[in-house]
Amino acid sequence: MSIALVLEQLLNGVQLGVMLFTMASGLTLVFGVMGLINLSHGSLYMMGAFICAYVAGITGSFWVGLLAGALGAGVMGAIIELVVIRRLYDRDHLDQVLATFALILIFSEGTSWIFGASPLWLDMPDLLGGSVSLPGGVTYPLYRLMIILVGILIAIGLYLLISRTRIGMRIRAGENDREMIGALGVNISALYTFVFAVGAVLAGLAGSLLGVLQSVQVGMGEPMLILAFVVIVIGGIGSIKGALVGALLVGVVDTMGRIFLPSLFSLILDNADATSVGSALASMLIYLLMAVVLAVKPKGLFPANA
Amino acid sequence: MRKLSRESWINSVLVLLLALAPLCASLLDEPYYVSLASRVVIIAMAAVGLNLALGFGGLISFGHAAFFGLGGYVAGVAAYHAFDGSYFIGGIPGSDQMPVIWLVAVLVAGLAAAFIGVISLRTQGVYFIMITLAFAQMIYYFAISFPTYGGEDGLSIYVRNSLFSLDTSDPLIFFGICFFSLMLSIFFTRRLMGSRFGAALTMARLNEVRLATSGVEPFPIRLTAFVLSAMITSGAGALFADLNGFVSPSMLSWHHSGELMVIVILGGVGRLFGPVAGAVVFVLLETFIGGFTQHWQFFLGLILLSVVLFANGGLIGLLAGRSRHD
Repeated sequence: MSIALVLEQLLNGVQLGVMLFTMASGLTLVFGVMGLINLSHGSLYMMGAFICAYVAGITGSFWVGLLAGALGAGVMGAIIELVVIRRLYDRDHLDQVLATFALILIFSEGTSWIFGASPLWLDMPDLLGGSVSLPGGVTYPLYRLMIILVGILIAIGLYLLISRTRIGMRIRAGENDREMIGALGVNISALYTFVFAVGAVLAGLAGSLLGVLQSVQVGMGEPMLILAFVVIVIGGIGSIKGALVGALLVGVVDTMGRIFLPSLFSLILDNADATSVGSALASMLIYLLMAVVLAVKPKGLFPANA
Repeated sequence: MRKLSRESWINSVLVLLLALAPLCASLLDEPYYVSLASRVVIIAMAAVGLNLALGFGGLISFGHAAFFGLGGYVAGVAAYHAFDGSYFIGGIPGSDQMPVIWLVAVLVAGLAAAFIGVISLRTQGVYFIMITLAFAQMIYYFAISFPTYGGEDGLSIYVRNSLFSLDTSDPLIFFGICFFSLMLSIFFTRRLMGSRFGAALTMARLNEVRLATSGVEPFPIRLTAFVLSAMITSGAGALFADLNGFVSPSMLSWHHSGELMVIVILGGVGRLFGPVAGAVVFVLLETFIGGFTQHWQFFLGLILLSVVLFANGGLIGLLAGRSRHD
């Protein structure tokens, strides 16, 4: 086992982590500001990937597809916020779970109705097809490196949006006291629609970017959604900082566990057993991580509004 | 004679119809409909289990498929070892006797629920929803990555497990077993909710502080309810495996947890027979809309959305009016 392999897997973990952050930041913002638990976030991720694959297929340009995927998911998000989600803010979490579960059914079946059951493929843009040599003897695909960069830019952009702009100020105020900012003359419904759409754009972006690395198919959003839930539970629901730390933690632990646990177990068990026990444990690792974090800190690492 | 309330009337009619339908189907020589009724009854029983936690205890568990699937896997694994005479880890032999399987299923699910409950019940609200979901996913991925018991492909039960000297392969007899189990679980829930424990559980849902003030600690009450709820659901899972002759990780999937919740809500949260009404409607929708189009879940989504947005209290609530504790 060489250092290069460890470094490469570490980068893969970070790459998964930044994409998880892109998903999770939307979820956690929507929960922090509106108090809403949104299961259909994974559907917006899927819609982004589908729109991107479709538009990229027509225009032949990945970049146009990427733009369409992100914006399309954003528009979709704004529409479902206006039609369904806004009726749920005053309801209890049970109603929110059910209504957004219903949205998942509608989106998943609707998509397979329109696009058929077979997966779509998204080609990597030629510009980013190659790989680069990094210090430490690692050759790493350029595309994955670009994903990491985009993720870092999104994190910085979100930080600036929330801490340095007027609209960010309103979002923070909304997290603290929604009646009060309404009384101060802020248009709360418009603010809520905006926050939801921002989350949707980010989900659509993540879907489009990852659509290149996996196949674009119905149900692709759900594993991502559940990972994003784990992330925000670990980080503390409602906290962007928590989402970032949680996402990187989950990304790295998951990736490293899958690669190294089976070989670790082969030191004690014979080979076939080691692989199956190792991979079974590896797939449970992040949930165990979550259980440990919660056993110590029941509200996550960075509890919001604490 | 005590005058029956409207809800009791509806419940009695529901149970009577549910018992009579397979009898008629059997007389008309339509074994498919008998099996369909068994499916309704088993899913109803799983939902009765969830209703104990979700409806009566206010514990929104989004991971009950885990217990349903665990029950199923106990049945599958036991039958697998009984079939080829091999041993489970530690030299435990398999079994094809339903009572043994049920006992093990209920114990396994109870232990799992105790472990999950101890950690998850430290949290509340959205955290609880997501954590139960995450634990269920953990068990799901564990089942998928374990090749001995079929991994992603699942595990077949070649011969339906047996119960004393009954011919369990007869659809009507198997329906009888399932129906009896369902009635038993409803009876158990009823007695439980009528007891001192039930009063404490209701209070834990309505006002935790008041319960604590009256000298009862909420945590053990909730944990017990969660464990009992998981046990009932796992019993249903074991029956479900026997009904299909097949267990697969899809029994553990979070879609299934969602469907169980949908059934409880569709029928009416915290009503004794709500899960039964919900299961009847759910399976009928699945069968009949599913007969027209393979995209039946699209319509399920629309129906569910309108029920959540416009009809609080579910079907029993719509028919029988609001319950006392709304």
